[in-house]
Amino acid sequence: MSALPPYASTGQRAWYYSFRVICGLIFFFLIAPIVVIIPLSFNAQDFFTFTPEMLRLDPEGFSLKHYRNFFGDESWQTSMWNSLKIAPMATIVSVTFGTLAAIGLSQPHVPFRRAIMAILISPMIVPLIISAAGMYFFYSRIGLQGTYMGVVLAHAALGIPFVIITVTATLVGFDRSLTRAAANMGADPVTTFFRIQMPLIMPGVISGGLFAFITSFDEVVVVLFVGSAGQRTLPWQMFTGLREQISPTILAVATILVAISIMLLATVEMLRRRSERLRGMSPS
Amino acid sequence: MKLSKLSALAVTTALCAPSAFAEEMANELTLVSWGGAYENSQHKAYVEPYLAANPDVKITWSQSAAEAVAKIRAMNEAGNVTWDLVDVVASDSMRLCDEGLAEELDHDGILAAAPDGTSATDDFGDLIVSDCFVPQIVYSTTFGYRTDLIDQPDTVCAIFDTEKYPGKRSLQKRPIDNMEWALYCDGVAKDDIYDVLGTDEGVAQALAKLDTIKDDVVWWTAGAETPQLLADGEVVMGSTFNGRLFSAIAEQGQPIGMLWDMQSFDLDGWIIPAGLPADRRARVLDFLKFATDTQRLADQAKYISYGPARASSAPLVGKHADLGIDMAPHMPTDPANASNVHVYDYEWWADNRDDLDAKFQAWLAK
Amino acid sequence: MTDISQSGPVLAADGTPLKRSLARALRLQKMRALLLIAPLLLFILLTFILPVADMLYRSVDNRIVQDVLPRTVQALEDWDPASNQLPEEAAFAALAADLKEAANAKTHTKVAKRLNYENPGMASVFRKSGRKIKKWDVENDGPYRERLIDLNKGWGDVELWKTIKTYSGIRTSGYFLNAVDMQLGADGAEMRPENERIYNTMLIRTMRMSLIITFSCILLGYPVAWLLANLPASKANLLLILVLLPFWTSLLVRTSAWKILLQQQGVINDTLVWIGLVDDANRLVLINNELGTIIAMTHILLPFMILPMYSVMQTINPTYMRAAKSMGATDWTAFWRVYFPQSVPGIGAGSILVFILAVGYYITPALVGGTKGTFISNLIAYHISTSGNWGLGAALGAILLAVVLLLYWVYDKIVGIDNVKLG
Repeated sequence: MSALPPYASTGQRAWYYSFRVICGLIFFFLIAPIVVIIPLSFNAQDFFTFTPEMLRLDPEGFSLKHYRNFFGDESWQTSMWNSLKIAPMATIVSVTFGTLAAIGLSQPHVPFRRAIMAILISPMIVPLIISAAGMYFFYSRIGLQGTYMGVVLAHAALGIPFVIITVTATLVGFDRSLTRAAANMGADPVTTFFRIQMPLIMPGVISGGLFAFITSFDEVVVVLFVGSAGQRTLPWQMFTGLREQISPTILAVATILVAISIMLLATVEMLRRRSERLRGMSPS
Repeated sequence: MKLSKLSALAVTTALCAPSAFAEEMANELTLVSWGGAYENSQHKAYVEPYLAANPDVKITWSQSAAEAVAKIRAMNEAGNVTWDLVDVVASDSMRLCDEGLAEELDHDGILAAAPDGTSATDDFGDLIVSDCFVPQIVYSTTFGYRTDLIDQPDTVCAIFDTEKYPGKRSLQKRPIDNMEWALYCDGVAKDDIYDVLGTDEGVAQALAKLDTIKDDVVWWTAGAETPQLLADGEVVMGSTFNGRLFSAIAEQGQPIGMLWDMQSFDLDGWIIPAGLPADRRARVLDFLKFATDTQRLADQAKYISYGPARASSAPLVGKHADLGIDMAPHMPTDPANASNVHVYDYEWWADNRDDLDAKFQAWLAK
Repeated sequence: MTDISQSGPVLAADGTPLKRSLARALRLQKMRALLLIAPLLLFILLTFILPVADMLYRSVDNRIVQDVLPRTVQALEDWDPASNQLPEEAAFAALAADLKEAANAKTHTKVAKRLNYENPGMASVFRKSGRKIKKWDVENDGPYRERLIDLNKGWGDVELWKTIKTYSGIRTSGYFLNAVDMQLGADGAEMRPENERIYNTMLIRTMRMSLIITFSCILLGYPVAWLLANLPASKANLLLILVLLPFWTSLLVRTSAWKILLQQQGVINDTLVWIGLVDDANRLVLINNELGTIIAMTHILLPFMILPMYSVMQTINPTYMRAAKSMGATDWTAFWRVYFPQSVPGIGAGSILVFILAVGYYITPALVGGTKGTFISNLIAYHISTSGNWGLGAALGAILLAVVLLLYWVYDKIVGIDNVKLG
């Protein structure tokens, strides 16, 4: 597919180009909904359509008022801060527990590995509504419902499968002779872990952490049940907004979130390449 | 006269007693309400003046009133009530009271008397529908329509007439009101509606009538949806609370008209969840007494067109806070608006709600 | 010395037999692995597994009837419901005593709510009687049969007593039967009346729509994955970003985007009207129905299909295709007979993943699905947070969970959970 050979027939040529057009359309389907939001969030009107002024690129048609509204409105600001307080905490919890367990899981002889793996991955598999309802009743009973702690624990549990998956993936390619070499040269296990293993699995840990972060930062079903008014997060605020009044402020928030996603995506991509480079260097 | 003033004074001092021990009152208060223009009116009329007088208090709003019954039940089961004061409709207050989930109140003991000394019980009158309920407002569920897209309807039955009024309509996703309107528009006399609805044939008749417009209905769950759908032109008419329509028409200047026919009357008010710790309860009672006095209820009508629940508040209802228009003609209680109303039967629905909910949900899913 | 070492066990450096020493090392290794895993395992069990198990237990829990009406349950033990006769006076007396106690503790409405799910109308009998029975003197006010029936004629209905008797155990199958549109009748389980059946329809609809979504994802994902796998790495990485960006974008952002695009006054309809393809009066209905849910969810889940397909296709050696063509196969035959079979594992992995995620969806159907495009999850949420029938919500949840776990098991068998890749 990479290039059309010079001897290709007309039919092959037609198919080659129409296939590219089809793929282009699918990429358009993937990206367009996200891109459409961005110009609309600068709309000077409270509508969700492109006004004639916008189509003429008249500066009159554009404004930052929806962004001002977002940064000026108390409930949007509170919800943003709540999200920023909950997501990093949940990330720290899931990364700490998750990395340890992933190292344990990648040891050569782990009894009940399959069953343990299934349990640890389960928060990703169980439909969110079931997790949310279960946590709602159970956390109510132990006094965690409607508390900051409760939401952090719930989100940490949801983020753990991502950490496990990404960290075990980096450990699969990990060359054990490196740790043995370090031990041979007299390093104790702790030194070996921090000086040898840690730098190599770091890309996996960070991208797992980013996944855990975005899981919490993006999560709405569980927080709707486990949280109460004091833990209203950004997605929760957006969800209520979408149900009740789709004010263009939501589009401004959405644009900001897309910008954050692009940043996170770039970071993960960079880490992946770094990890590949590092592993490419290790003797195998 | 002197005597009643004196007794009013006695009541006031007795009531002020708890506030003397301010240190025993919790400083955080979680209020549960419905969001949107309604919560805003409560915030302006009660919360802002209360916070001005009590600067150390922190008040948080939660918009979970629609799920209040289930949530309070879960909190109660767990013995961990995180809400302090909950805004619910009358029928929900009766359910919560029946199940022991809301505190039974001594209305005269905890609420302020009217300025002329009339006791709270007399001032609220029949609107105290349950021992746990402190009424705030009288509202009605009625219809709004796009003045520029369809002809002006003069009867509620316009919702079933898709030929004369083409386009989508929005209705609340529950059997209450919709079943009654369906039967009324299918020729059942107003007084017989609940007798007919009590039979299987009656339910089938109502659902068959609703079937005729099923494909043209957008179902809503939050009160702000219909005004939004009307404003966007997604529907040409729809049911919602009259105050929300008033906001869309008078405050936002949308091309929407209001239909006053067979609107269903209902009440909304506060309940205190059972089992609050003493310090939080003391704060709630202090706030509740302030928020439901004659002046505060009258003030609320400056921001939204719902009728205050106290008789003594009615003469104080003035003009809209920003627009300066007279609010009285926009109240559901205004005689001109109340020529043909539907009085919604709480008792009947309390008994039949679960059953009809199941049938209604099954019908929706078909 | 040499004799011993040859016939005896091989010794390690410290003198212990090597076999034992190795076994100990292995045990130590296992222990260390388990110790590393233990904190997380405990964490997940406490914060996640236990809550879910606790909720699922609600689907069979029926202690409320025995807790509130202990005397009545006991008095009904000897009663034969098949006789179609009202129970003896003793049962009525027991009920009066139970009901008075319950009314004072306000628990009678709880048992009323439970029994009302099985026999609509019972709640009102309990509630109305509860209000008046508080004033009774349960020691002397007999005979109770006449008095109770006088209080509310509902007590004279044999069906009501049958319901109490049928549902007096501490566990019940009632919620599960309800979740499949059945009920416990006099002769065992039977279907519910036509106008109350809903859950089978919803479960089938959830499955059907998830299948449609999975299939649309295959259809749209396959060409893209193929293109990505067959382009030079630099170009593929660039295009891959277009797949990963939606994957990283907030679910709510994507759902709100679709809401704006699909509305009747939305971007798509506006554009179509502007081009002249659609008449302004007959704008397309793209939202609040099945179509809306399918479009939005296909978009949201498409990256989950493309990524596994892409990673499988990357491993397919292009020389096979060339070999096939050199032996005279047409482009199509070469693709269909050689390339496609090798890409099937990718399709399988992506499909199961997309299907598992789709059947449990809640937010997107709730926002763009209207009534026709909602899933079983939406009904579970309705029962948990609105109607308050938690037992039924839990039973529906258990059924949904069983479906998902079965698929997970298949996935683990075919793909292996270790081989899941993210981005």
